[in-house]
Amino acid sequence: MQRLINRPDEVVEDSVRGYVKANQHLLSSTDNPRVIKSNWSPTKGKVGIVTGGGSGHEPAFIGYVGKNLVDAVAIGEIFSSPSAKHFADAMRAANGGAGVACLYGNYAGDNMNVKMAVKMLKREGIEVKTVVANDDVASAPLDEKHKRRGVAGEILMWKVAGAAAAQGYDLDQVIAVAQKAIDNTLSVGIGLSSCTIPDVGHPNFNIDPGKMEIGIGHHGEPGVSVEDICSADVATRKMLDTILHDELFASGDEVVVLISGLGATPINELYIVYDSLCDMLDAHKITIEENFIGNLFTSLDMMGATLTMMKLDDELKQLVQAPCQSTGLSKF
Amino acid sequence: MIILSCENLIKVANKIIESKQYLSDLDGLIADGDHGINMAKGFSMAKEQILACSPAPSFAESSEMIASTLFNDIGGSMGPIYGTIFFSLSEVLDRDQIEAVALYNAFKFANEELMDISEARKGDKTLMDTLACALESMSLAIADDKSDPEILAAFSEGAKQGWESTKEMVAKFGRASRLGERSIGVLDAGATSCYLIISTLVDSIVADLD
Repeated sequence: MQRLINRPDEVVEDSVRGYVKANQHLLSSTDNPRVIKSNWSPTKGKVGIVTGGGSGHEPAFIGYVGKNLVDAVAIGEIFSSPSAKHFADAMRAANGGAGVACLYGNYAGDNMNVKMAVKMLKREGIEVKTVVANDDVASAPLDEKHKRRGVAGEILMWKVAGAAAAQGYDLDQVIAVAQKAIDNTLSVGIGLSSCTIPDVGHPNFNIDPGKMEIGIGHHGEPGVSVEDICSADVATRKMLDTILHDELFASGDEVVVLISGLGATPINELYIVYDSLCDMLDAHKITIEENFIGNLFTSLDMMGATLTMMKLDDELKQLVQAPCQSTGLSKF
Repeated sequence: MIILSCENLIKVANKIIESKQYLSDLDGLIADGDHGINMAKGFSMAKEQILACSPAPSFAESSEMIASTLFNDIGGSMGPIYGTIFFSLSEVLDRDQIEAVALYNAFKFANEELMDISEARKGDKTLMDTLACALESMSLAIADDKSDPEILAAFSEGAKQGWESTKEMVAKFGRASRLGERSIGVLDAGATSCYLIISTLVDSIVADLD
């Protein structure tokens, strides 16, 4: 393991401290070292947007705290849900009196901890509603959609909900549009190598040289199939086919495309994927209205990429295009 | 008569701390390999807290310290799951001298509370298998009017059977569940830590039996 760390079990603490120091124009730490909040939070009368999840996915989740995006974030250990207390403190930090929308990914730990945090906040008279992202199309079949994991599509959910809250949507409206955003979003990943949790010290799983896993999860959950590695064109085709199989997207649709590296894939390869994708979507008569490309939701040092597509209507389009500022995503 | 003290839980904590690598390695085979790390971290913190108390805290107080550390500082899946188990124990086991049946009732209550926050059930390749088998085995021993040492042995033996049964199961919950058939042949890490907790607790109680 070749890493730039101090102590393996202090990776989260050390990196969050540095992140806060580097981005004081956007955010600050709170009394709970596992919660950071936007400089604009709480805004009186605005619905607070909260998320949280395990570390190791940077810039997710902390990188989406900012203006017109996420108000406060709960930070977990590497690949492990934040505790109920961390989620509860993030909700408190985001509460401007108009309720809090907690928008997070579908994982067993996050579900339990958020559930407990929502109960705690209820006792304090703070209303919290949730949307659980389940955009990973490869993680369960369509008829078991409730089992699907949340992956990079969460970024688009936060973007939409953050803009909606800034525009004065009330809590129920924010929840409804966040749910619509994630219902209109599908993602799929491919993994070309494993990843190593620093405190574990060896790779989480194994991908043989020359192989790739289609449908790999954000924590190295093994994919749905292992195949011989192929060209970017063919890999992009496989990812797109996996997404189109759900029949959410049709000819004539306008979409947002988000391509994220998983941590160790060179950024230029993401543009090779995008180049292939543009041609394929052209052929399907699907129009790309917006694109976000980069290391936007990673898995430590995993090699590979995820493709996310969101189908737009007028409301989603306006909210996606609204200005926002954070280290992970900005629009001007 | 069973005598409970914070010592029982310190031994449990030590067992989890020394099993850090083993638990993470098991978890890494079918999930993300962090089980040992998070468990060891939580139990180390709780152990420090227990040891810092003077006079020594009761079993219930120590159990509550473990629960709040897991709830507040650990998170993951194991924070709420083991937090719930230890919090339930702290609520029920408020005396330091009990019959084995009281220990059964406490773990039965913990199991019920757990089923309230998690949808996993026996057969899903989780720690629920260890807990459920341990309780079934213990309840049979109680129904047979066995002695306290025999009831305790049944508790531990049932936990072992439940733990080992996860090896041939297909994971239905957590990160291992996506592997489907590929999860067969590997012990569940949570079921393993649950077995370690129950067997260590039983061993330490038995060692104190007069």
